[in-house]
Amino acid sequence: MKKFAGIDIGSRTIELVVIDEAGQIVNSLQTDTGFDPMSEAKRMTGEVEYTTIMATGYGRNLFEIAFDSPTVTEIKAHATGARFYFPEATVVLDIGGQDSKVISMFPSGKVKKFEMNDRCAAGTGKFMEIMAKSLGFDIEQFGEKAMKYKHRLQISAMCTVFAESEVTSLIAKGHSPADIAMGLHQSITNRVAGMIKRVSAGEDLVFTGGVAYNPCMHDQLEKQLGVRVLTPDNPQHVGALGAALLARAEA
Amino acid sequence: MKEEIANRLQQISEQNLIDIEQAKEQGRSVIGFYCLYSPTEMAVAVNAIPVPLCGTRNDPIPAAEETLPRNLCPLIKSSYGYGVSDTCPYFRASDIIIGDTTCDGKKKMFELMARFKPTHVIELPQSQNNPMAMEFWRAEIEHFKTVIEETSGQQIDKAKLGAAIKLMNRERHVRKALMDVNKAKPAPLRGAELIEILFRVGFLADKEYGISLMEELTAAAREGAFRQGDPPKNRARRILLTGVPVGLGSDKIVNIVEQLGSDIVAFENCSGYKQAFTVDEGKDPIDALAEQYLATPCSVMSPNEGRFNLLREMVEEFSIDGVIDLTWQGCHTYNVEAYLVDKMLQETFGITSLHLETDYSESDTEQLKVRIEAYLEML
Repeated sequence: MKKFAGIDIGSRTIELVVIDEAGQIVNSLQTDTGFDPMSEAKRMTGEVEYTTIMATGYGRNLFEIAFDSPTVTEIKAHATGARFYFPEATVVLDIGGQDSKVISMFPSGKVKKFEMNDRCAAGTGKFMEIMAKSLGFDIEQFGEKAMKYKHRLQISAMCTVFAESEVTSLIAKGHSPADIAMGLHQSITNRVAGMIKRVSAGEDLVFTGGVAYNPCMHDQLEKQLGVRVLTPDNPQHVGALGAALLARAEA
Repeated sequence: MKEEIANRLQQISEQNLIDIEQAKEQGRSVIGFYCLYSPTEMAVAVNAIPVPLCGTRNDPIPAAEETLPRNLCPLIKSSYGYGVSDTCPYFRASDIIIGDTTCDGKKKMFELMARFKPTHVIELPQSQNNPMAMEFWRAEIEHFKTVIEETSGQQIDKAKLGAAIKLMNRERHVRKALMDVNKAKPAPLRGAELIEILFRVGFLADKEYGISLMEELTAAAREGAFRQGDPPKNRARRILLTGVPVGLGSDKIVNIVEQLGSDIVAFENCSGYKQAFTVDEGKDPIDALAEQYLATPCSVMSPNEGRFNLLREMVEEFSIDGVIDLTWQGCHTYNVEAYLVDKMLQETFGITSLHLETDYSESDTEQLKVRIEAYLEML
């Protein structure tokens, strides 16, 4: 039986997904990207069996050279992966380690339009990590803690560096970490909602990438956009899964 | 580009600088132009040499940033940087620099430039349909005429101006014919090659020589001289680049598209197809110049219907698969107009455009590559 692998080499993590001919997930691995992504990729691919592999993510071109494999952009990979979980979906929001993107699709699943924010870390996973740390929260609990807010706060800075100093001054003014955390979640939501509105027209949204684990983001997006926000079981694997599905389609 | 032609163009550029120096020694004036809104015919009418000025490379930007704000448009910074660091031979050769009030950044930059170089700024109206704007613009063109007369020490009469219009019409006609070669499928000229030819020919002091060179290259391109030995491509998309001007050094988008296996077949910008116009030879020359030049469909005009008409025409005639709309950082008018361009393309042709905002630096190459690759994938 043939097996198809997809590898998503992102800025923070690498995911590897292997599917069989029927499209069932056989293996699913994840590791931190670290300083030497190709060694990590080599180790991971050595742990599984597959017939062909397709690479995506910002490291895809390095992988293409090292492993002589075909590649696909994150845009197409995420669109394909999201449709696997939600076959009717036409809008995908992916917030990864260092970029965020919104993809809209035709009902057929073909990519129609996309928007990316990637020139700085504003509103991405990396931004949230730094903000959580400066408030003394684990990134895993950041969303839950924010949902315990008592007072609404307006946080305007979106640049990681400026937001950090804005957070510091809010702490100094005596605001609670939960209130500040909520303010941060809201300002990220505002920014992302703008991107979503530019490419879509109020359709339900599939939310992928590490930030999709955050319940507060999920909640805020639904409230602000008035749409259902759908999150796959493993939102970080969607890109790799999409690549594996595309490897299968090409075989 | 085929090496032989590339080498020849390089040689021609070098020879051209020597020719300009000699012409200056013999008393011919050199007039430096920044923008398509300034009629080069005025310079041609007094047998002066009109030259475009450098402004498409990143190198002089640090020199410009000693004076100008960093978040300004790279074209303005590059133009100023070349001037202030004295690294553009055409700037140096120019007796006077002609600018236009196309945007706030340029307008204020020219004030600073005027401190070290004779500079004349033509004031451009912001609308093309207003009779008062036309009256004002015509007066600006008349005034521009007197500036050229003073600089060159020669009078411009109707006959001279009429002859200049005829010559420049011929040049534009030949330039258009060269760009039109790419209506063929597959496109006989790569976008990067077209930019290099147009860029280098644009600097030529001898207009007749430039015309015959473009005619020769057009014929060679039609015969497939530029594509000899190219491997056949199966998924090449025909892309139109619209928006801000591009030239050698600011062509990174063109290079990325072509590295990814597609072709930029046409340019709807002021370094490309916006130059493919004809000035009416039957009218009073000043009237004809004023009318035609004000009709230039740049985003500084409000509204800018001409650009949408031109885009519609080009998408059809060049059998375009996709449109990349380029904005230089800080160029508000193109940045805002991108929304309308995308809307028009969706409504008329059912294609979405890819809008990119960047500068001349290489720092975002990978990010641009993802966007462009994803766009080509979806076409």
